[in-house]
Amino acid sequence: MTSRKTFTDLGDQEYKYGFVTDIEEESAPRGLNEEIIRLISAKKNEPEFLLEWRLKAFRHWLTMKEPQWANVRRSPIDYQDIIYYSAPKTEKRPKSLDEVDPLLLATYQKLGIPLTEQKILAGVAVDAVFDSVSVATTYKEQLAKLGIIFCSFSEAVQQHPDLVKKYIGSVVPYTDNFFAALNSAVFSDGSFCYIPSGVRCPVELSTYFRINAPSLGQFERTLIIAEPGSYVSYLEGCTAPIRLETQLHAAVVELIANDHAQIKYSTVQNWFPGDREGRGGIYNFVTKRGKCQGVHSKISWTQVEAGSAITWKYPSVILQGDHSVGEFYSVALTTNRQQADTGSKMIHLGINTRSTILSKGISAGYGQNTYRGLVKILKRAKNSRNYTLCHSLLLGDRCGAHTFPSIEVHNSSSQVEHEASTTKIGEDQIFYCRQRGISAEDAVSLIVNGFCREIFHQLPMEFAVEAQKLLDISLEENIG
Amino acid sequence: MTPLLEIRNLHATIDEQKILSGVDLTIYEGEVHAVMGPNASGKSTLAHILAGREGYEVTADLVTFQGADLLTMRPEDRARAGIFLAFQYPIEISGITISYFLKAALNAIRKHHGLEELDAIDFLTLIKDKMQFLEMDQNFLNRPVNEGFSGGEKKRHEILQMAVLEPTLAVLDETDSGLDIDALKVVANGINALRRKDRAMLLITHYQRLLSYIVPDYVHVLLGGRIVKSGGKELALTVEEKGYAWLEKEVQGTAPGQPIEGQSE
Repeated sequence: MTSRKTFTDLGDQEYKYGFVTDIEEESAPRGLNEEIIRLISAKKNEPEFLLEWRLKAFRHWLTMKEPQWANVRRSPIDYQDIIYYSAPKTEKRPKSLDEVDPLLLATYQKLGIPLTEQKILAGVAVDAVFDSVSVATTYKEQLAKLGIIFCSFSEAVQQHPDLVKKYIGSVVPYTDNFFAALNSAVFSDGSFCYIPSGVRCPVELSTYFRINAPSLGQFERTLIIAEPGSYVSYLEGCTAPIRLETQLHAAVVELIANDHAQIKYSTVQNWFPGDREGRGGIYNFVTKRGKCQGVHSKISWTQVEAGSAITWKYPSVILQGDHSVGEFYSVALTTNRQQADTGSKMIHLGINTRSTILSKGISAGYGQNTYRGLVKILKRAKNSRNYTLCHSLLLGDRCGAHTFPSIEVHNSSSQVEHEASTTKIGEDQIFYCRQRGISAEDAVSLIVNGFCREIFHQLPMEFAVEAQKLLDISLEENIG
Repeated sequence: MTPLLEIRNLHATIDEQKILSGVDLTIYEGEVHAVMGPNASGKSTLAHILAGREGYEVTADLVTFQGADLLTMRPEDRARAGIFLAFQYPIEISGITISYFLKAALNAIRKHHGLEELDAIDFLTLIKDKMQFLEMDQNFLNRPVNEGFSGGEKKRHEILQMAVLEPTLAVLDETDSGLDIDALKVVANGINALRRKDRAMLLITHYQRLLSYIVPDYVHVLLGGRIVKSGGKELALTVEEKGYAWLEKEVQGTAPGQPIEGQSE
């Protein structure tokens, strides 16, 4: 075996989550117009304000042009060929896990989602989104005792319309960008989370997204509100079955942290990346933004992006409250023909605000990995600081790493540091490991995991193990 | 008795440049051999070829380790069979601690021999003992592999790995380079403590200095890609005294591939 071959084969990984669940789904016709939006809203029995908001978003979207600035190549999206609403055909919402279609539960079990009662006892509350309708929400009652609301977005619309009305679009307005406008018009479901003042959420809240129906765009929307002095850690995991056509996933996530509140948001994204020739796969175009609204508030984004044909997202923090803190920790892996254009924006408005960006990009096969970031410190944000570290690791000689950092500082008391490096996984390193008895594939996995270690440290324990396994699966196959 | 390592007429070329041209060497269990030679004589190439480094064109009449054809084995299989190379320039791996790395290596080797893999606690017990005689602090275990190490730390780390992995044949490539005299003593003591009846060592060195601390059974001089002289430990002193130049003269006129004096058989 030559080392050249090692690197080539690293790109040849197979997707392990590509099964389809055979469940009857109820779908809207293809295409997008005001009627479809009214249909979605009616299916969900939404209050008038939300329908109005959707329609305003849709009318705005019609005036917008699809952005083209990302460093990715892709085929055009036909927005009239997408199904915007699909739900498993069940008579009514299940009241408990026993009422959930066993096929669905089996699917989740294959994915290894902690949805069963035992797992709940292990302390994970799950809100699973299967296509567009939230299937089962667990642990809710226990959380309710603390005043924590954790439910599907649709349920929040019914049960807590005032909170939804107050906060929806407050961080990512529908005018923000093309995909956020589209999402605002057609969003189907998602998660909603409200942590009252002074409450520390005792469990990791978790959502598992999965796209099942063909040609279905998934447009979920997540809203997390942390009241003064509260804390919440939220986990999001995603997979999708193998299909040769591409699927659009345009989600919006909004986080709001009030005085002294902390939100930790972790993602492990493993959407179907397309096949070896780059056919199919998910277009993962997501707007994620948090607002540190209160003083001394803190928002941390941690992401492990291993899937999707194209990932295009910049989890960001608006540091509005004085002394607030924003963090972004990212591992993005691209193999085969995958492309990722990802990074973060840190907007400093408050005095003495701090932000950290640690980005690790790994490219293998023909994968293209782009870091794009903006650090903006406004005039009022005196004594603010940012530290950015951007590392790229190349496996083989046909992949690429690119960096587009922007820094704007509008006062003289702030400090910004930016560090960047690109390294190639060394044959020396692999030989060193092999000379100690470690196989070539284990050596690659070891070196990659070492490269990502700082980021994995930020993930909750269980998730870190899962992320490590995911990278191993993505890199290990067919070497040697 | 079958030799542990037997090399007959080994040739190696890299980028069309001939590095080794007919090396013969036989090593039995329990023996310590030193290969000396000036820069670019092919010493390190010999070490790397034994470990299975790719990129060389290698031919030989015979290279066997414990009777098996060594040249067809993958590097990891050679390591698992008991060949250990202490690197002249140990490689850095960021983010991976020494304890994690060494445990992975040890367990890969144990698994190969059908032994149970060690858990973290058993491994720590094992490694702590080994660290003591190398005068190493336990915090060392939590440092990333070779990252930010001093020259001495790197070499000590190599010897620690050797102590943990317990090879049958240890090839030590210029382990003395870059060490001050105190560090050299510590490393040499460590190596001496690892000398055993069922373990052979091949010391690769430019200078005689190391051989005052680790006394070899046999000394070979590698010159122009082949072993031109073999002898006992006193040969090292002669080389130290006269330099390599006298051998160069003596060698002229000898057919390549023919050792000048009897080998250690």
